[in-house]
Amino acid sequence: MRDLFGLLMRDVRFEEGLNACMNCGVCTAICPAAEYYNYDPRRVVDIVQTRNNEAIEELLRSETIWYCGQCMSCKTRCPRGNTPGLVIMALRKLSQELGYFTDSEKGRQQFAIKRAIGGNILNYGYCVPSYAVDPMAHPEQGPVWGHFVEHLDDVIARCGGELNGAEGPLRKIDDDTMDELRRIFDVSGASEFFETIESASEAKADEMGLEFKKEGTDFEYFRYVYSTDNGEHQSEEIRKEAYENGR
Amino acid sequence: MKTEGKKRIWSEYQKNVPDDHFFYVRSCIRQSFFPGSEQVFLKILRDDLGKDVFEDPRHTTCTGIGYHGDVVPFETIQTVVARHFALATEAGYKNIAISCVTSFGIYTEILETWKHFPETLVKARENLFKATGRVFDLPETISHASDIIYKFRDEIAAKAKYALTDITTGEPLRIVEHIGCHYAKMFPKHGIGGAEFPHVLVGMIEKWGGSVVDYPERRHCCGFGFRQYLVQANRGYSLSSSKKKFESMEPYQPDMIVSNCPGCAMFLDRWQYAINEIDGITYGKDDEGIPSLTYEEMAALMLGYDPWEIGLQYHNVQALPLLRKIGVEADPEKRFISKDGSRLPEPAGLINNF
Repeated sequence: MRDLFGLLMRDVRFEEGLNACMNCGVCTAICPAAEYYNYDPRRVVDIVQTRNNEAIEELLRSETIWYCGQCMSCKTRCPRGNTPGLVIMALRKLSQELGYFTDSEKGRQQFAIKRAIGGNILNYGYCVPSYAVDPMAHPEQGPVWGHFVEHLDDVIARCGGELNGAEGPLRKIDDDTMDELRRIFDVSGASEFFETIESASEAKADEMGLEFKKEGTDFEYFRYVYSTDNGEHQSEEIRKEAYENGR
Repeated sequence: MKTEGKKRIWSEYQKNVPDDHFFYVRSCIRQSFFPGSEQVFLKILRDDLGKDVFEDPRHTTCTGIGYHGDVVPFETIQTVVARHFALATEAGYKNIAISCVTSFGIYTEILETWKHFPETLVKARENLFKATGRVFDLPETISHASDIIYKFRDEIAAKAKYALTDITTGEPLRIVEHIGCHYAKMFPKHGIGGAEFPHVLVGMIEKWGGSVVDYPERRHCCGFGFRQYLVQANRGYSLSSSKKKFESMEPYQPDMIVSNCPGCAMFLDRWQYAINEIDGITYGKDDEGIPSLTYEEMAALMLGYDPWEIGLQYHNVQALPLLRKIGVEADPEKRFISKDGSRLPEPAGLINNF
C-alpha cells in the first residue's frame, strides 16, 4: 500500500493545516459547504489524522473532497489551529497527481476547470477576461453582461481604458510576458500537472465512451463534466429546505 | 482614563498602511467586470490625493482562481507572485497595492509560507530565476486597495461633494458591508480589524455619513466557492449562499451593499437578478433590488465622479434610486453609449430601471 499520508506531508499546506483535531466540529458548524452538500470537514480531518492509507485512498477517490468552496472560514474558527480548507487543497492536489479524481463526478470537473481557467491563463494572461465569459454559458450574469461583452470595446473606453491596449484594464499582455508566464508553468510543475489532468481525463472519456478532443470545450466529455449532476450530493433534508421551505 | 491597556488589546487589529508610493496590481475579476472601479481608484489616488501609484503593464494574473480551482500548483503561483515582486523591485517600489481580495489572500498566504517554510522561498527564487532571469526583494508592505481608501477616508470626506445620507430625510443610508472571505479570515493580522472586527468598509461608510447594517449573516461567504461557481453543475452552491445573505439582510431594508472583493460585488448583483428571474423576488424596500457597489464606486460617488464614467450602469441592479437618495444628478439616457457618443441599445430586464 502506498504511503499516501507521507505523500500528503510533502505538501506544506497539509503540514500547516493539520495539527491535532479534537473533533469539536466548529469547522463544520461554520462551513458553507456543509450547509449545502453532504459534507463534514471535521470528518475529513479526522480521517487523515488516523494516517490510515486505505481510508485516505477512499477519500482521494470520493466526491467528498470536492465539496469545499475554500472560503477558509474554518481557519479563523478552529481552536486548535487546523485548517480543513488547506487539508482539502492538499488532498485535491494528490487526487489529481495520482489520477484518482476521475473516479468521482465532482472530481472529473477538474478537467473543465483546467481547460477553461488554465486555458485563459496561458492564452491571455488572465484567469477570467470578459471576452472569455460567454453570456450564453452564463445566463445568471443577466442582461447587463450580454451588453457588456457585445460592446466591450465601448465599455472599456467609457471607463477610461483601451481594450487590448498597452496598459490599463484588459490590456493585451505582451508576447515576452506570456513567454515568461509559460516558462514559469514549465519550471514550477504546472505544465506537467496540466498534462496529468488531461491524460487521466482522456482515459476516463474513453472508458465512458464519450467524445474527447485535445483542445477546446465543444465536445461531449467537456459538456458532460461541466454540467452533469447526479442529484446525490445533497441530503434529503437540505433539498427539502431549499426547494420546499424556501420562499 | 487609562488607555494604554486598550491600545495594547487592540494593537493586533491595527494595520500599517503606507502613506505613498504604491505598486498596483490589478484583479482579473475587477478589471473584467468593473473596469471603471480600478480606473477611478487610480484617479482618486493620483488626482484627488496626489499619491504616487505605479503600474507595470507586464504584470499578469496571479493565477489565483486557478490556484483555488485546484489546477494551478502552489509552487507555480508562488513563482508568478515572485515575478510581480521582481517587477516592483525593478521599479523601486516596496509597497504593494492589490486590487483583488483573492490575490490579497494569496499574497498573504505566500509571504506567511515563505516565513514559516524558508525552503519554499528559496525554491520560488530558483524557479523565477530559471524561468525569467529575474530576482526580487520582499515587499515591505502589502495593502489591499480598500485599506488605502480606508486610510485616506478623512481626506476623501474633506473633498466630498455628496454624503451617504438621504437628502429628503437627512437620515443616514442603511448600508450592508461585505468583506471578502480571503481579506482577513485566513491571516487576520493583515486586515484592518482582523477577522473579528473588520473595519475597512465600516470606517469608510461611517466617515461618509452612512450607517452600517448589522444583520445575522453579515460574515457569511457570498458563495463564489471557486469550483462551485466555475462549473455549471455546482452553481446552486453559489446561489444558495448569496440567497441566505439576502434573506438575512432583507428585514433591515438596506439602501445598498458595498464589498471590498470584486467577486463578491459581482455575485451579490448577479444572484439578485437570477433569483428575480426564477422566483420574482427582490430584497430591497418597495420591491426594489439592492444595488451592489464596489468601494471604489462608493468613494467615487462621494467625490462627485460621473456615475456612468465609472461604470455604475454595468450592474444588473441599477443604482438609479440610490443616486436620487444621495442627490446625484445623472441622466439615465446617458448610461449606454458608444465611444463615438452614439446611444447603444439598453439591456432588457435590468432591476431598478426607473
